[in-house]
Amino acid sequence: MSAPVLSVRNLRTHFFTRAGVVKAVDGVSFDLSAGEIMGLVGESGSGKTVTGFSLLGLIDEPGRIVEGSIKLNGVELTSLPDAELRARRGKDISMIFQDPIATLNPMLTIGQQMKLAIDAHERLGKRAAEARAAELLTQVGIPSAVARLRSYPHEFSGGMRQRVAIAIALLHRPAVIVADEPTTALDVSIQAQILFQMRDLANETGTALIWISHDLAVVSSLAKKLAVMYAGRIVEQGPTAALLRDPRHPYTAGLIASLPAMATPGTPLVQIPGTTPSLLSLPTGCPFAPRCELATSDCNTEPEITFVGDRGWRCFHPVSHARELTT
Amino acid sequence: MSAFLTVDDVSRVFGPNLNTGEKIAARLGAQVETRSVRAVSDVSLTVSKGETLGLVGESGCGKSTLGRLMAGILAPTSGTVLIDGAPVMVNGVKATTRVQTVFQDPFASLDPRMKVGDTVSEGPIAHGLTTRAQAKAYVAGWFEKVGLDPGWTDRFPHQFSGGQRQRVAIARALAMQPDMLICDEPVASLDVSIQAQIINLFLELTRDLELTTVFISHDLSVVQHVSDRVAVMYLGRIVEVGPVAQVFNNPAHPYTDALFGSVPKLVLDADELVHFDTITGEVPSPLAPPSGCYFHPRCPLATPVCSSDVPCMQSLPDMRTVACHHFKEQFAKSFGKAG
Repeated sequence: MSAPVLSVRNLRTHFFTRAGVVKAVDGVSFDLSAGEIMGLVGESGSGKTVTGFSLLGLIDEPGRIVEGSIKLNGVELTSLPDAELRARRGKDISMIFQDPIATLNPMLTIGQQMKLAIDAHERLGKRAAEARAAELLTQVGIPSAVARLRSYPHEFSGGMRQRVAIAIALLHRPAVIVADEPTTALDVSIQAQILFQMRDLANETGTALIWISHDLAVVSSLAKKLAVMYAGRIVEQGPTAALLRDPRHPYTAGLIASLPAMATPGTPLVQIPGTTPSLLSLPTGCPFAPRCELATSDCNTEPEITFVGDRGWRCFHPVSHARELTT
Repeated sequence: MSAFLTVDDVSRVFGPNLNTGEKIAARLGAQVETRSVRAVSDVSLTVSKGETLGLVGESGCGKSTLGRLMAGILAPTSGTVLIDGAPVMVNGVKATTRVQTVFQDPFASLDPRMKVGDTVSEGPIAHGLTTRAQAKAYVAGWFEKVGLDPGWTDRFPHQFSGGQRQRVAIARALAMQPDMLICDEPVASLDVSIQAQIINLFLELTRDLELTTVFISHDLSVVQHVSDRVAVMYLGRIVEVGPVAQVFNNPAHPYTDALFGSVPKLVLDADELVHFDTITGEVPSPLAPPSGCYFHPRCPLATPVCSSDVPCMQSLPDMRTVACHHFKEQFAKSFGKAG
């Protein structure tokens, strides 16, 4: 395996609110190689989006990266001054957001917006910029790209808008793209088209992709590598197929078992009791312990992540039996 | 099997609200925007007593509108909806309490300024199912049934999590003692680990209370899990209805096949890259739907007849109906895949 393009170690991003310190991200480490796709899954409030924002240095007051290291191509991002970070954002690392209506400027044509994105990092003539923009629109599957450069966002459908956002993210051939639930707002038939295309693009361009999602099925069909988040921590990570087939953390195991696709129709689903804890009042020790069947008094202290080969989990009592294949 | 809910040739058209001046202008031949959307188009369906019918389709296909028509919340432009032989709506007003609805977003469907106990008891008091004096005990009983602490009736919606709010919404619907429940994406806004809890509650309640249910969802795996039969919609029309196992395993309509093919499945085999059978193109604008079969521009089996004639609903021997000129070819394809 080649040297990782992105290396994150022990990332902690906290928000200092009036109600107390919200530890939105509290222990995230992973490596990503060129062209690799990693799925980052978790429920709402698990810290997956804040992780993505932290990577791009987009954390605003009252939030702050309090600890940890983010190395992109060997350069430490957390200590970079704002101006240098800005020079890298959009060029070496870029982001695709969930809602393309909110991320595109409704007053500018697609061509103008793409030109702005190019100008931010490169001096390119009008012709050349247009050619680059059209080339990328074609690459993400927008027909008659040259003509569409003069269209406004409202003239595109939701799926097409998201393709435009993807094209903009790809403009400078970044080393890493963080995609935050990019297909959640889309219909399944359009989602399938985009998933398929992203996989090819990552493969062709060598761009590494972090795919943030709450949907295990989407991630399993796209990413070779998976990290599962709970209450701000990565609780389990490893190769996707192995992790899904044989989960070690009780939370991951519960999440997979609770999927309707895993049960005989009409029978009760396996359910995880309780609700996700508030990040303001996390239990001491393992945050999953109150909902965990396997919890003991050991779990009053927080487990560190243990690695065995390429798999890691943050649990004192990992689920050990290999699950029967039910599909 | 007797039909409990009958939807007979129902359509619903949404047009622009014209003021008097515009109406006169349009009458005189002026160019006034009068385009309208047929959100639900000539739909006929039946749901048997105690059955759960799943209603699936992509956004904008009319599944929520059809749900509202069945619940008597929305008046059809033409056609009738009957529950147990009696119309759900009379003169544009809901005429029965026998059908109740659970909506998608429990953050929007509960009054934030009303104690949840009052929200749940409002309907039953108005319809004489309980009295003001007994309301508290009545509500507590339903709270217990949906897995909420009966002592929480004095709380406000913001004190509950999403899953608990959806339980309150279910209690509100059940407190009216309906025979039928229309659930419009009841788990779509919930976290995965909470979804299973609500689905289990739903399965338990429909069985215990012998409810007839319509379950609307875009999540096919949820629908497959809870439904007895499933109806697939595309651009306001029903393209296929039948028992869950048949429709999911051997789709008779090319759209059903394509829709199921594009849903990502949990992949457990290492190194295997999943192949997506993507549908080409996008859903056409409902303002200007294609001629003939609405699916023909995207359909791999389309022939000239598909762009000229609207296919009618045909009954197949295995208790399903399908609206497609080429369902036999599709069948051959489905079975080929399965074998």
